[in-house]
Amino acid sequence: MNDLLLSFVKQARDSFRDLIPVLLVMAFFQLIVIRQPLPDGISFVDLWLGLLSVLIGLTLFIKGLQIGLFPMGESLAHAFAKKSSVISLMVFAFALGFGTTIAEPALIAVAGKASEIVSAGGMIDSSTSAQQRFAFELRLVVAISVGSAVLLGVLRILKGWPLHYLIIAGYVVVMILTLFAPTEIVGIAYDSGGVTTSTITVPLVTALGVGLAASIKGRNPMLDGFGLIALASVMPIIFVLSYGLILL
Amino acid sequence: MDFISILISTSLDIAPIIAIIFGFQYLVIRKKVHHLPQVLLGFVLVLLGLSLFLLGLEKALFPMGSMMAEQLTSEAFLPALADGVQRHWSDYYWVYIFAFTIGASTTIAEPSLIAVSIKAGEISGGTINPFILRIAVALGMAIGITLGSWRIVMGLPLQGFILGAYVLVIIQTLRSPKSIIPLAFDSGGVTTSTITVPIIAALGLGLANSIPGRDPLMDGFGMIALACLFPIITVMGYAQIAEWLEKRNQLKKES
Repeated sequence: MNDLLLSFVKQARDSFRDLIPVLLVMAFFQLIVIRQPLPDGISFVDLWLGLLSVLIGLTLFIKGLQIGLFPMGESLAHAFAKKSSVISLMVFAFALGFGTTIAEPALIAVAGKASEIVSAGGMIDSSTSAQQRFAFELRLVVAISVGSAVLLGVLRILKGWPLHYLIIAGYVVVMILTLFAPTEIVGIAYDSGGVTTSTITVPLVTALGVGLAASIKGRNPMLDGFGLIALASVMPIIFVLSYGLILL
Repeated sequence: MDFISILISTSLDIAPIIAIIFGFQYLVIRKKVHHLPQVLLGFVLVLLGLSLFLLGLEKALFPMGSMMAEQLTSEAFLPALADGVQRHWSDYYWVYIFAFTIGASTTIAEPSLIAVSIKAGEISGGTINPFILRIAVALGMAIGITLGSWRIVMGLPLQGFILGAYVLVIIQTLRSPKSIIPLAFDSGGVTTSTITVPIIAALGLGLANSIPGRDPLMDGFGMIALACLFPIITVMGYAQIAEWLEKRNQLKKES
């Protein structure tokens, strides 16, 4: 029990270390540069309470991932990488990318903001239900795209295709789609590529890539584990741009 | 939003991954789960933690980002304007300084980046200096966010910036030492942590909201994308310079 408590304290310290530079920069600007009272509707107490719940929330979240999801996901990824049919490996790869992305905190945050902006811009209905549906659809599209990216990445490791051709091909597709997609979706699409590669997706997807590369002769674990992540940040852009083309 | 409704929507968010993990474990692999109580406790913590984080996001991270954007662009804060004169983009210099500091400071101390850069130094056999690598990533992040905020101030189309950066990345990928490419692409993802993403997103949208003539929908997004792209460019750039220096030194030794 003491060990668990200690590891919580350690994790809390790590989360705090993530927050410290933000706090210092903010404090410097508020006290030295801006020197104005906080704008209406923002209270000092609320900000601190909010930061405290970010800190506690992130600590519990990451600790929970470490004792629950990560060990299970990793052992599954290894089991699938070692011995199973190509079909079930593909299904697992897609499901893993999809499932981890749907629960990604940064994506939930940005999709919510995007739905507010899109409805304020009059592209969808301004009702809460229309906003929620847009946010959910956006996350669904991104999750499907990450699932496909992981599937493609696994296929690449099996076949031994060189990674940078895939990435460059992805970039070229993004460039072409950008020319045709409605301007309003472009910013959201680009940002969704950066949002997917954070807390949950990276460790689990990397575990799959490294496990797979290690079990196939002649593959480099470091190179291949990474390759999945690189694909997972290009594919959402392609999918969200296409979503914009179809929907708007 | 109150905590209960966040808790409910969060449990729906993490339901797919739980279903997938347990589904594959019991239906396909058909093995018992080690330490089941501990795993279940882990999922409960994930649920509670994610809900608390999302609550704090609404109460603190989003307001902080938009508050900074609002304050740094308010007429009371900017230099006084003569009658009938259009505001010049350089008047917003504190915005750029803020964007640069927040980008650099959140990246340079990032624990996962420190670990990665030390490893990269070992692999390269001394060509790559871990500390300079960290500076390269932080610089890339800072440049990305600063450029992103300048773009919003100017109202320039995002497409141009992204496509230009892509062309640069493609050329660099073809010319860089092969061993650095994975690391370079990785560093783009490492920099965007769960705490920085919301603040940067809110900063961009806040700027687009408060600068006259800008529209959040057209101008507000794109900061995260640029923040992910520029570290790739600076890291490959650093590797190219390091390789070039190494070659020059060797030539000197030989002659």
